[in-house]
Order: sequence, then structure tokens, then C-alpha cells
Amino acid sequence: MAQFGMVIDTAKCVGCMDCVVACKTENGVPEGFNRDWITQDVAGKYPTLHMEIRSERCNQCENPPCVYCCPTGASHVHDFGGVVLVEHGMCIGCKACLASCPYDARFIHPDGYADKCTFCIHRVEKGLDPACVSVCPTHCMTFGDLEDPNSTVSRLLTSRKYHTLIPETGTKPHVYYLV
Amino acid sequence: MHELTTTRHNELVDPLLHIWGWEIPVYLFIGGLVAGIMIISGYFTLKHQFKKNVFSSFYLPHISLILLSLGMFSLFLDLEHKLYVWRLYTTFKVASPMSWGAWILVLVYPALWLNTLIRIPDRFKGIIPIFDRLSTRINEHPFLIKNIGVLNMLLGTLLGMYTGVLLSSIGARPLWNSAMLWMLFLVSGLSSAAAFVHLIAKDKYERQLLAKADNAFLTLEIFVIGGFISGLLTSTSVHIEAARLLLDGPFAAAFWVFVIALGIVIPLFLQLLAVNEKVRHTPIPPLLVLSGGLILRFVIVYAGQYSHYTHQVFGR
Amino acid sequence: MNSLSRRRFLKLSAGTISLAAAGYALSARELKAPAEKKRGIQKIPTYCDICFWKCGAIAYLKDGELWKVEGNPDDPLSRGRLCPRGTGGVGAHTDPDRLRAPLIRKQQRGEEIWQEVTWDEALSYIAEKMQTIKAAYGPEAVALFSHGIGGNFLKHTIKAFGSPNITAPSFAQCRGPRDVGFRLTFGEDVSSPERTDIKNAKCLVLIGSHLGENMHNSQVQEFADAIESRASIIVVDPRYSVAASKAKYYLPIKAGTDLALILAWMNVIVKEGLYDKEYVTKYGFGFDQFASLISRNTPEWAYPQTGIEPEVIRETAREMARYKPATLVHPGRHVTWYGDDAQRSRAIALLNALLGSWGRRGGFYYPVSMDVPPYPYPEYPKPAKPKVDNPNNKYPFAHETITTGIRDATLTGSPYPVKGWLVYATNLLHALPNEQETIKAIQNLDLLVVVDVIPSEIAGWADVVLPESVYLERHDDLNVEWFREPFIALRQPVIDSPHDQKPNWWIAKELANKLGLSKFFPWESIEDYFRQRLSAGGYSYEALKKKGIIRGKQQPIYFDEGVPAEFPTPSGKIEFYSLQLQKAGFDAVPKFNAPDSGPPGSFRLLYGRAPVHSFSRTHTNRILSDMMDENEVWVNSDIAERLGLASGQYVTLRNQDGVVSTKIKVKATERIRPDCVYMVHGFGHTAKGLKHAYRKGASDAQLITRYITDPLMGGTGMNVNFVTLEPAEA
Repeated sequence: MAQFGMVIDTAKCVGCMDCVVACKTENGVPEGFNRDWITQDVAGKYPTLHMEIRSERCNQCENPPCVYCCPTGASHVHDFGGVVLVEHGMCIGCKACLASCPYDARFIHPDGYADKCTFCIHRVEKGLDPACVSVCPTHCMTFGDLEDPNSTVSRLLTSRKYHTLIPETGTKPHVYYLV
Repeated sequence: MHELTTTRHNELVDPLLHIWGWEIPVYLFIGGLVAGIMIISGYFTLKHQFKKNVFSSFYLPHISLILLSLGMFSLFLDLEHKLYVWRLYTTFKVASPMSWGAWILVLVYPALWLNTLIRIPDRFKGIIPIFDRLSTRINEHPFLIKNIGVLNMLLGTLLGMYTGVLLSSIGARPLWNSAMLWMLFLVSGLSSAAAFVHLIAKDKYERQLLAKADNAFLTLEIFVIGGFISGLLTSTSVHIEAARLLLDGPFAAAFWVFVIALGIVIPLFLQLLAVNEKVRHTPIPPLLVLSGGLILRFVIVYAGQYSHYTHQVFGR
Repeated sequence: MNSLSRRRFLKLSAGTISLAAAGYALSARELKAPAEKKRGIQKIPTYCDICFWKCGAIAYLKDGELWKVEGNPDDPLSRGRLCPRGTGGVGAHTDPDRLRAPLIRKQQRGEEIWQEVTWDEALSYIAEKMQTIKAAYGPEAVALFSHGIGGNFLKHTIKAFGSPNITAPSFAQCRGPRDVGFRLTFGEDVSSPERTDIKNAKCLVLIGSHLGENMHNSQVQEFADAIESRASIIVVDPRYSVAASKAKYYLPIKAGTDLALILAWMNVIVKEGLYDKEYVTKYGFGFDQFASLISRNTPEWAYPQTGIEPEVIRETAREMARYKPATLVHPGRHVTWYGDDAQRSRAIALLNALLGSWGRRGGFYYPVSMDVPPYPYPEYPKPAKPKVDNPNNKYPFAHETITTGIRDATLTGSPYPVKGWLVYATNLLHALPNEQETIKAIQNLDLLVVVDVIPSEIAGWADVVLPESVYLERHDDLNVEWFREPFIALRQPVIDSPHDQKPNWWIAKELANKLGLSKFFPWESIEDYFRQRLSAGGYSYEALKKKGIIRGKQQPIYFDEGVPAEFPTPSGKIEFYSLQLQKAGFDAVPKFNAPDSGPPGSFRLLYGRAPVHSFSRTHTNRILSDMMDENEVWVNSDIAERLGLASGQYVTLRNQDGVVSTKIKVKATERIRPDCVYMVHGFGHTAKGLKHAYRKGASDAQLITRYITDPLMGGTGMNVNFVTLEPAEA
């Protein structure tokens, strides 16, 4: 049993959008749509400021509201790695999953089905990292099996402070941000 | 000072969720209306009202069938992957209120149809012989009639509730995330149905009863809305902000003027006077109630999509 | 590509007579890969050209279609990971707004009304005009403005033609002042890629440098290394940049006063004896005079100039000294800001010298390269006239050609007329300050040729526009890079050009042929050129084609690894005091003069980079424009509130000379000082052919009508314009 997760070091992330471009070319994401994106979170008053830069995407939650709400089962948890995927041919495009995601991680593909980050499962199954992780020039992104205590992601989570996004929604995300 | 920017720009999602347009509020209104009509006609069936006239046992279910089909068509228009709509009926997902709704809608049709069979008006006898035979069968067994009445009331209640459950199960949109929402939609549906039936029924007893019933539902609705809002105001900060959207935010005018004043308070007042024979019955209160019900759905659906957990400004 | 050549040969052999003729036909059409598309995944190495960093890349084809581009893991520059622009390189190939065929203008210059012509017609036209100019004014009257490695063959043609006037905006409009400042101090340039040992720095000082938004791949990767190793980062910037958010110390300096801060830092370091005494004694010249001259530049003196408190100045100076010699005060790259830029860069060089970082780990290393001999061409003709850009050596320390100097000569006809411009891969209307001067100069030309990939603003003014293949479709000169470790990189076609575009080497060669200069292009195909040079150096072209990169042995790059500590300055040492500056009538040690303030109620216009765009050339690349399709004007939140402006609202900017920009979105933010505004360079396109980018955002270049010329080297300081904001319709 594996559970994939991503650990992103916000200290090193410069928000260059390489992850967004790589995802686009790897997955053929249509123009105008984003499976991942950059968020800048600024607090304070000039010049005493703090900024956290994050590369965000579907959090592949442990408790995914987008799976529960799906009336056809198109939105489901993959049997390998706990990745949340959409079976295009089962999706009716009702958009309940778009509404139920507190991270607004989903969108409707021009072809009509709900779409989002897949953790590049097609690459992972071949032993590669997701495209965004592979391309990041600052090496701030890591990917791996959270259930393996020796994986880089597991070790990072025991050695550095981190947070997840909107944890109060109870989704239990599998994308972690090191501070 | 807190600034949150994102580079994401997805259609229907950014800058704020706008996945559901007029199609959904229209369906919700029609669904609620039909649900209420089913409860009312089911009640009349239990009370053997069909012995007096066929309005509630024959015509109301037929009207419901037409209305519901229109509503479902509206729902169908909203789908982005229409050719795959049949997938709804290849499975049942117990955690998905929409899956519940898909199957409830399927069951509503036969329930309505069965109600029409209780007493077929003379001018329609002989057109579909098998219907006549079934009608005779049903009338031979009074317990069937009773169960048809109960079935319509039950399915009507489920129909009136599930859309509220569906929206309230979407925790990501704080405005909807209230346990009161199913009650609000059910009560509003009942009040709309009562207004509708009062408007078109010919029997004086039926009309009077429905006007009184509508007043009860409208009164109840005020308390349910009060409970809904106060529940949000005493929950977390995102829920308080969501409530504020209706109270003094961008949806305040629609909410206070069209939903509360014109949709509930004024027609309640006029209709109380009417049932107490202080003024004549006019179509004005029921029309106001119906439009108020429709606008309530619009406000809830649109404001709900506006409410969210994170506050972002879009750009770099 | 060998099997492809064989197939082509077989196809053509029916129509060819002799082997020689077949060889010629092959070479002229070598650029086109066969029409049949190969199934499956193909990986072809090349190097990127979205900016000039030249990161090694591997292009992926899926069933013959371009799929994606990734970094070449063997490449020392990219370390296997491209920046977002390189990753979006496919968009350059698929750009629907690309130039497709050679064009000759039908009517007035600038109207963008064209006649499509054949290459032969276009090149004949150009050659004829060039010969006419040569006959009337001499070959020196033709100038070449070129940017990037793709210009190498065109430079060759122009040198063969006999003109010395070859220039790139990168000197006078970008890094020139920095290289001059460092040459005056250490005797050497900072070079490109910068010889900054960021990854080993224990303290990194960035003055205006916005690494992370400025996306020079190796620099950003090393910046991340420095962050990981907990380097102490000090950022000085009027804007809270991404780099500032990584800093231990953020100094919100008043724009234009960096030199005062640097002098104060040096004052503290000298006064408190925190400098690398051994290094300075061993390698320094004129230290005592230098120390005495900066003794008045105290932190208390700098405070009212810069707005940085004296204690902060002291603390950060001590912090820098704490980690010396592994303290890198980064010289930046685009430093043409206020007109005193060479002296400011010299001050940065001096600060580094005090800390002993030059030639040391964590500071500046000595870059190395492979030994690949140049092609044995015949000698170029000697121009009868000197370069036109710097008459009477007005800018005595300009060691490269000054673009704006050539423009001045074109405008005035003095010291001699310039009548022809060839422009390669540089959008002069966005690169040079005061576009009206450029347009006026163009009116004096008999010939303006632009070689570009997109119908840029400068192409809009041309007489002849030549469409170039994008880098994924062509060969280019070998990249024999100067870097931490030596390597050679190859650029080769990955896919066909979609229309009638041609590579620069072919254009240069054909033009040379038409000018009667074919003896300067003795090689038939560019692959012959590669083979000749590589084998002369002892390298295999076949190996290079397969891997894209040939790496050399690691060599010493620091003094303590054996690099000789030699400084090619007049004194042979690090010049703390510069006699050559003194002799030329300039300050031997930098002196600070406060910048002019703008009209009351206006804001200083600052500009910079976005990591997803390159200059003004990527805005019709659909992948990259999807990342960012318009720029925003950053305005301090309090100012925005006072002006009644909100984020997302559109405004126009009006500068001190009354020039009004196109509409631009407001970004009201805490991340900038109240007295300035900031925007990303390269937007606000007005060229009609750039349909996807037309009028999106605003152009800083359009608003830069005022500039201050650096008296040492002719660089044009451009941060000297002031704007006001007016609400506009969306």
C-alpha cells in the first residue's frame, strides 16, 4: 500500500511557474486552464513584510469531498498511491466536485469532463516524478510515498515545520508546505 | 494587511465560483414546487378528496409530471458532458446526494402516475385501456390508495429535501453548509406549492385550505430562515461572512426585498387578511410567494458560490 | 540526422546530375527534415534560445509532433532543469503570430503593409541596397544590431563586408556599466553567465537584483542552493521582490541612492577594520587614498539619502564581513539605471574587493572554457573608418560598441553617416530608450532590414523583414561557454520550420554570396563548419550530435585552486584608487550624487522581469502568454487608496514628457515604496502583427523618453522617468 504525497519547500520556491508550464506541456492542459498555479501570500505593512510563495494543485486529499459528492463514481480514489482521479467516460459534468473542493482545484475541460492534477500518475507508474517536481529549478518540490518512513517526503515532514492548506475543512491534504 | 494573489484563471472557477447559472435555481424551484404539490396531492389522496373532484388526484400529478420534466430538462442543460448523463443510472453512490436525487426523480414519475390512476375522469376513460384496468384494480384495494398517498407524500418530502442536503453537503461553500438548508427548501417548496395550488384549484374548500396551509408554511419559513441565518452567525468566521452576504452584503437587496418582504411577509399579511375575510382573495399573494420562492433559490445558489474559505485577489 | 540525409539523397538523386550538384542541393535544403513523421517518442538534444542563457535542452517528439522540452541532464548550466520559458519553448514553434515569409514593405515605413516575396528577391534587394550604400558612403555606413548567439554568422558577413559597426543593446542598455566598473577595479568583466559563486556564498547581497523573477536559470538554481545552505541574504530594493522575501535583511532603499549605501558599507568595513587585510595588502593598489576618500561616507551621512537607518547599515556591513571572503555582493545584470551606473558598479567591485571575494570560493570564480579553434576564415578587410559610436572617444571606458551611439550617428550624420541597419533578434523599439529617437533615426536610413521570429515593433518599421526559424528548427553556432566547468553545446533542428522561415546561418551565407563575399563562407553546410572546428579541437561531431553536450575536465577556478592572481589593470593590482579614471577627469573613487526627483505628485517608474517572459519576444508564445498575458503597475496600497484606485482597475500612465501609455491593470500592494511604481518590461505591444499581445498591458519602454548617459561608457540610465496614473476604461 502506498500513499503518494508532495512536500514543497516554500523557502526555496520563487514562484517562477515552471511547474505550471511543465504540467501544461506534459499533460496537454488546454490554453486558459490550470491544473496547478502559484499563490503569493503577503502579510504586513511596507517594509516589514512576509511572503510565502506556494505552488498549489489538487491536494489529493485523504478525505476527498470531491469523491463523495460524485453521483456516478467518475471521481474516485485510484487503487495505487491514493491518488484522486476522474474517469472521463463516467463524468456527466454536473460540477458538484468543482463546488465541493475548498481549494478550487478542479475545472471543466473543454471536452466536458471534470479535470485536475493527477500527480502525473502516468509518469509515476513508470518510476518518474510528476512533471512539476521534475522541472522545478530550485528543487523545492519532492514527491514520494508517505507510508514509507525512509522516503524523502516522510523524512522532510519529520525534520521541518510544515502546514497544509485550509486544514479546518477536514480534507486531510497530501500536499505539504515546508516553512 | 493581507494580500493573497493567484495565477490560476480557470473558467467557471475564477475569480469566484460560477459553475451553476439559472438552470440550477430554476430546477430547484420547480423541484421544490413539485415536491410540495406531491405532498399536498398525497395528503388529499389520503383524505379521499378524489371522491369529490379529480383536480388533486388527476390534474395536479399531470401538471407535476410536466413541471418536473421541464425542471429535469433545465438540469440536463447544465451538464457539461451531456452524452454521458446515463451514467447516473448505472450506479448508486450512497454518499452522493446527487445520486440519491437521480434515483428519487426516477421513482417520482411512477408515484405521480399511480396517483393519476386513482380516478380517471370520464373524458379520458377508454383512451388507454390498460390505465382503466389498473385504475379499477387500485380502487378494489383501498390499502393501495392509501399507500399511493403515502408514497407521494414520502417521495415529495425526499424530493423537497435532497436538494437542500446536496447543497449543504458542499462544505467548501460556507453559505450552504447549514443543516437547516433541507428544511428551508422543503418549507419553501411547500409554501410555493400551496400558493400554486391555491391559485389554480377550483374547489372552494381546497383553495381555502391551501391558503391557510400556505400561511402556516410561510410562518414556519420565517423561523427556518431565522434559524438558518443565526446558525451561520454563530459558526466560524467564514460562515459569519457567508451570512453577511445576505444580510448586508451584495445579496442584501435581493434577500430582504424580494425574498423576505415581497416573497414572505407581505403575502403572509395579505393572505391572513384574506382567510379571515377582511379582504378578498386575490392572485397577488400566491404570485408573490411563487416569485419569492424562485428568487430565494437564485439568491442561495448565487450567494453560495460567492462564499468561500480563501480570499484572493487575482493577478501576479 | 544521418539516415535522414540518406533518404533525402535518394529522393533527390532522380533530379540531380552530378555528385557535386547533389551536394549543393542537399546543403541548400538541409534544413528541411523529411515529410514522413516518425512514430513513437524521439528525444533530440539542443540548447534553448528563449533568452540568451543557452541552457542545454532535450526536445521530445511524439509521433513526429513537438511534445515538450526538458533540460539536458548533462548540461552544467541547467543541470537538467529548464526555466519556465524554456519549458514553454514549444509555444515558440506553434506561435500563430510568427513571421512566415520574407516581406518587403509596400508603403511608408511603420505602416506594416507588406508584400510577401521569395528569399531570393529579399536577399537580392538587401544586397543591392547595401552595395549602393557602400558605393556612396563606404561599407562602414551599414551597421548591425544583433543580440544572441544567432547573430554570429551575420556578424561574420558584416565584418566581411567591411563594417566595424556591430553592436548589441546588452552593453549600453544592460550590463555594460557593470563590466566597465569591474574592469576598472579588477581588470576583468563579470561576463555572462556571471562568474558569481552564488551556491557557495555564505552571505549574498542583492542590490536591485531580483533573482527569482529575473529567471537566469543557473543563477536562480544557485540562489536556491544558497537558501538551502542558510546563507545570510541581504536584499536592497525599493520593491519587496521575491528575493527580498527570502532575505534575512531587507533594506527598502530610496531608488537611485544605492551608491550612497555601498559607500557607507565600505566606510564601516574600513573604519572597523573588518576587511580582508591580507588580501587587500597583497592585491590592492591605492587603498589608503581610497580609505581616506570614503571616510566621510558614514552611515549617518547615508541615512537621509537612502532612508536606511545607520544601525541597519552597520549591522548589515558587519554581517557581510562576518562571512568574508565567501560574501558575494552581486553586481546585478541590467544595471543601466541612473547614469552613474559604471561608478556604482565600481563601488560594488570595491566592496567585493574589501571582502576579498574576487577569485575566492563563495565570491567570484574564474570561468573556464574548452579549446575549440575558430573556423579558418580569410582575413576580414580593414575598415577605412573607425567605429561610429564613440567619436573622439567621448566615453573613454566603453570597451564595446554603444548602440545609442550608432543611433546618434544615424540621426545626425556625424562623425559620418550611417545609412543601413541590419537588426537581428533585438526589438530596438523596446530595448533602446526614447523610441521617438529610434524612429527619427530610421527615417534617415536607406535600408532597414530586420531578422526576427515574430512581427515585432522594429520589424514593423523595416524595409525588409526576414523570418527566422525558431531555435527548435535550426542549427546555430557552437556554444563554447565560459562557466564553472568547460563544455561545448550544439543547437540542432528538432522539427521543420512550419513555413518559409530560414536559419540565421543560411541567411548570412546567402547574403554573403549575393554580396560577392562567398569566400568568407567556404563551408557548404553548417555541419561541415561544425565538423571542421570540432575535429580541429579534437572532438567528435557525432558524439556531440547524440548527447548535445561535450563536457571537459574540471579545471581550477579559484586562486586557492591554482588560478594565478593576476589583474589586468594599469597597476597590475586591484585598483582601489584608479589613476586612469583620474586622468580621464572622473572620480578615482566613486562619489555619490543624489538623483533628481520627479515632478510633485508623480512616481518614479521602475521596471523589471517576469520569470515566464523574455524581453518583449515571448508574448505571442501561447504557452507563456497563458501564464501571464498582461503586466500590472505595482502601486503602494496607501497611495492607491489615496488615488481611489483598486487592484484590477485599469489606468493609463502619463510620463513627465506627456507620453501616455496603453491601459494597464493596477496591483495595489504593500510590496513597494510609496514614491515609485513598478511594472514588468515587454508588454504594451503596438505592432499589429502581434495579434495575441496587441495592446495588452503597457510598455515601460514607451514611457522611457528621458535617459541619462553614463559619462564613462555611454550606458543609458533609464530609471529616470516619472509617471502619474489616470483611471481608464477596462
